[in-house]
Amino acid sequence: MKVSVVLFARLREIVGAPRLERLVPDGVTAGDIWSALAAEYPALEELRGSTRLLRNGTFVEAQASLRDGDELGLLPPYGGG
Amino acid sequence: MLYELTESPLDLEALIAAVKTHGSGGLVTFVGYVRETSDDGRAVTGLSYEAHRELALAEMRAIGAEASTRFGPVRVAIAHRIGALALGEAAVAIAVAAAHRSAAFDAAEYAIDELKRRVPIWKKEHYREGEARWRENAAREGR
Repeated sequence: MKVSVVLFARLREIVGAPRLERLVPDGVTAGDIWSALAAEYPALEELRGSTRLLRNGTFVEAQASLRDGDELGLLPPYGGG
Repeated sequence: MLYELTESPLDLEALIAAVKTHGSGGLVTFVGYVRETSDDGRAVTGLSYEAHRELALAEMRAIGAEASTRFGPVRVAIAHRIGALALGEAAVAIAVAAAHRSAAFDAAEYAIDELKRRVPIWKKEHYREGEARWRENAAREGR
């Protein structure tokens, strides 16, 4: 199945793109996606604990499973104002 | 009531016009500007902001609605710049109108504190030496 990953701020810079498409096995979790990305981009690893996960616009935990067509947002700590 | 993320300079008068009614006895504004020195004392040449637009607007609206629940009827407008900002430019502007001033002051402070804490906007500081760094909001920073 296919999922989209949307990245912001320093996460976007580490990956070099605001959006990635990934073909993943059924039953994959948000945390699995993160682990796969961190294997590709080791600089992500230290940011795991501070990154919030957004599945189709709703915050989820790392254990949340994804379905075909889902969009996973990766949000680092905020800096507005 | 007005909530916006914009790449254009902020228009404080438009925020005031959006919240002020004949029921308004007081109106408080807060404007946050791009400052020339970072919190750790480095010379700043500008900031750039980005946002998760949909979620950021939803949170801004929620903050405005919560302000009335907490402080009594208030009318709230919040605008935040995104993109590249130069020194002295306004990054965020808030206007709160209420029947009496205390609710307006309290709600304006609540709005900026909550915005910094929970609205998905990111800030990169650009320094005179040429480097740049993403900066996170600390709890109750800059009060």
